Amino acid sequence: MSDLINVKVTVNGMAYEREVEPRMLLVDFIRHELGLTGTHVGCEHGVCGTCTILFDGSPVRSCLLFAVQAVGHEIRTIEGLGTIDHLHPVQEAFREAHGAQCGFCTPGMIMSVLPFLEENQDPTEQEIREAIDGNLCRCTGYQHIIQAVELASDKLAEQRQSVKEGR
Amino acid sequence: METKYFGKRIQRNEDPRILTGQALFVDDVELPDMLHATFLRSDYPHARINSIDISAALARPGVIAVYTAKDMGDYWKPGPLLVPAPTAIPGVVFNKRTQVPMAREEIRHQGEPIAVVIAKSRYIAEDALADIVADLEPLDPVVDVEKALEPGSPLVYNDLGTNLASHVQQENGNYAAAAAQADVVIKAHIVIDRGIAGAMENRGLVVQWDPKSQHLTVWATTQAPIALRNGLSGILGLSESQVRVIAPFVGGGFGPKIMVFQPEEVVLTWASMKLGLPIKYIEDRQENFLAMTQERNQIHDAEIALTKDGKILGVKDVFVQDTGAFNSYALTVPLNTQTHTTGPYKVPNYYSEFRVAFTDRILVTPVRGAGRPYGVFVMERLMDLAAKKLGLDPTEIRRRNYLQPEEFPYRTGIIGQDFAKNILDSGNYPATLDKALEMIEYEQFIKEEQPKLRAQGKHVGIGVVTFTEGTGVGPYEGGRVTVEASGKVSVATGVGTQGQGHYTSFAQVVAEQLGVPVEDVRVVTGDTDQFHWGAGTFASRGATVAGNAIHAAASLVRAKILKLASKTLQVPEEDLVLENSEIHSATHPTTCIPLGELAVKANPSRGAVEPGAEPGLEATAYYGPPYGATAGGTVAMIVEVDTELMRVEIKRYVIAHDCGTVINPLIVDGQIHGGVSLGVGNSFFEKLVYDENGQLMNGTFMDYLIPRATDMPYIEIGHLSTPSPLNPLGIKGVGEAGAIPTPAAFAQAVENALADYNLEVREIPLSPNRLFELLEESKTS
Repeated sequence: MSDLINVKVTVNGMAYEREVEPRMLLVDFIRHELGLTGTHVGCEHGVCGTCTILFDGSPVRSCLLFAVQAVGHEIRTIEGLGTIDHLHPVQEAFREAHGAQCGFCTPGMIMSVLPFLEENQDPTEQEIREAIDGNLCRCTGYQHIIQAVELASDKLAEQRQSVKEGR
Repeated sequence: METKYFGKRIQRNEDPRILTGQALFVDDVELPDMLHATFLRSDYPHARINSIDISAALARPGVIAVYTAKDMGDYWKPGPLLVPAPTAIPGVVFNKRTQVPMAREEIRHQGEPIAVVIAKSRYIAEDALADIVADLEPLDPVVDVEKALEPGSPLVYNDLGTNLASHVQQENGNYAAAAAQADVVIKAHIVIDRGIAGAMENRGLVVQWDPKSQHLTVWATTQAPIALRNGLSGILGLSESQVRVIAPFVGGGFGPKIMVFQPEEVVLTWASMKLGLPIKYIEDRQENFLAMTQERNQIHDAEIALTKDGKILGVKDVFVQDTGAFNSYALTVPLNTQTHTTGPYKVPNYYSEFRVAFTDRILVTPVRGAGRPYGVFVMERLMDLAAKKLGLDPTEIRRRNYLQPEEFPYRTGIIGQDFAKNILDSGNYPATLDKALEMIEYEQFIKEEQPKLRAQGKHVGIGVVTFTEGTGVGPYEGGRVTVEASGKVSVATGVGTQGQGHYTSFAQVVAEQLGVPVEDVRVVTGDTDQFHWGAGTFASRGATVAGNAIHAAASLVRAKILKLASKTLQVPEEDLVLENSEIHSATHPTTCIPLGELAVKANPSRGAVEPGAEPGLEATAYYGPPYGATAGGTVAMIVEVDTELMRVEIKRYVIAHDCGTVINPLIVDGQIHGGVSLGVGNSFFEKLVYDENGQLMNGTFMDYLIPRATDMPYIEIGHLSTPSPLNPLGIKGVGEAGAIPTPAAFAQAVENALADYNLEVREIPLSPNRLFELLEESKTS
């Protein structure tokens, strides 16, 4: 067995430090070392997008990275958004539009949608389809997810407007 | 009837947990001292096991145990038959060969487990797999379903002397006589290939034997928690009360998670009891391709006999299906094919015969649609060929043959998956056709748009098919409804949930009866300690069967509430209103009592009660349908084929659907969308490719393509409602609706788009490669 390596990483604004094997996948680190089990594992070969997290703000598949590659980086997972009582606007939109069925792909889907909506504040249906094309979902046929993203973009626009007006 | 919650597009109770990453899935269960298991799986589809040397694996630091079938001693035995053979059908042949815990002498499919490693981490367990030396002697594999039934084929089971697993013949009327009188008889050879369920969550299991309390807890990604508990306790020699099975949030089911007593479940519960420690097993995606059950390879020789004006006189369908290496799930899939072929049509004479063959592939069990789509595919292809031959519009030939709304209940005379002669309870198929044609603007498309686009050199086509969906079969489900002292309501039922929104739709049913907000109704599904009677989530039966059971329980609780409130408030029951979590008099609204307070009164802590009194505002009820409720609908689809790249784009997808009374239209729409996406996958890309040696060639999501967001059309849904007369709520299931008609509509639309090539689609799926080949063939023929 290999020597353990010290991994210091910031996840959802909290600093964590663990000693892990160099071969430990980032997704296993997040799930089983940090106990943040909202990030799911769907294929372990980088296709399904279920394990998508934000890595310094960019969506990446955490099953294709080792934990040691995250040393010194900032990670954001689904747990870093809203809470059960105070959902993030994107989460609210997913609820209102019935964007989740079994919910297994949902955290990865939302982590792909977040940076997309920062870049594209008023996306078309086709742009949304392309944005979530790297996240597989077997339950929804994507239709309610797409509607959720449209709704989320409206909610975020409202939020920006109220910030601007100082409300 | 005016309703407050029932039938409304209500947001789901479970979503806040799902959307924040707080929903518990099996792989999220962490226990102290938990071990991790991985299985060594055979690379060969068919081989004899000479020896397995586990000594190096055992010597690896961190490995706790390694077991093979031989270590299991007398505990090793083939599993039970999960679904009985349909002995109600005269002359049925059924050779039972059920799944075994691990291969012992002979391996019968690629991916079959031959050893298990239990270690301190999954990483170590996977390392140790490479330490095991298995001396396997490859045998000739049985791969092709038709060749499997030819004389001289290698055998999956030598002792059986044949690869024939089943043979079933059913006839209603007399097809041969009908064909003799027909003006036209049309024949077609139709091939349907294998595919996966492809839930995003692979299978998973955490087993915890606690030696001190003598209790086994199992968290499983199962659609049938109660069946799993009952079976496991029997296999392990425990009382049912010593075993608790929890199906927590499950990341998609789609059929195969109904399979119970799979090797992993049987081996790891035994191992946990042996080691006295909890064990986790999480399947990876490759294993999911190799070891999770799949669906069907069917090859049909079908024919239809008609009069010259397009009236069906009879249909004959003779097909073979592979069941893989085992037939634990008996004949549900081919029986569904058999019962759904004639679908919405009046077919006075119907002959159907199938043979099922053992092959060296993973076993076949239902996947969303469960045999129904292929019956529909065969029938709809026959109808299209007949329309062409007779010069009729495809919609017209269908219209001439529909069962009419006044003809229900309609007896088809064919025995189905519930072993009773199939009865269609109700429906209005012509109305679904009218609705779909109106939505897709059929006349306008074929008279104006299509000629215009064709003139521009575009290959656009339209497909319109009608289908039925047998749903909500027995035996029964149950539910318990309890009003708590807080005024909130708890509900427990035995079915499991894999994303269908039961936490919400069942809450709506109860909220309607008891006058409480939907979010105050907490539903528990899939925990055998909460409710331990039931069959499981399959055949689109959750809302229909469990929904009606819960409705019955809520009605009983409502009666108890009215009785006690009437006594407490001194108001006649007829004058009482249940709303906003309180009971008040309609005439004197200030005379009222909060529901929670009444619940406390119903459960006194001291004093005397009337003889025969039951404590609490609680009731349990069951519902079992006499037979399944049949949903149905019509799909209309417009496609454009790019004849250079052979890409097919679905330009419009319309479904006019009738699933009776709807509890929550938002959830029903989602169910239809999801079904359509599976149907689209089955139409285009989803094919498990095996080479002649029985090796799966595309066992990853890189090679086996399931629909992505850019592959899916926008789905337009039109709702119709013909309530089922079978159950008090009038519900029919909807889970498989989208999956069933899509391949048939796709085939018709592609054929129509390529009308100038004289191409006939007689197979599914149609990948761009395959479509190219067919187009080339049509040019030379």
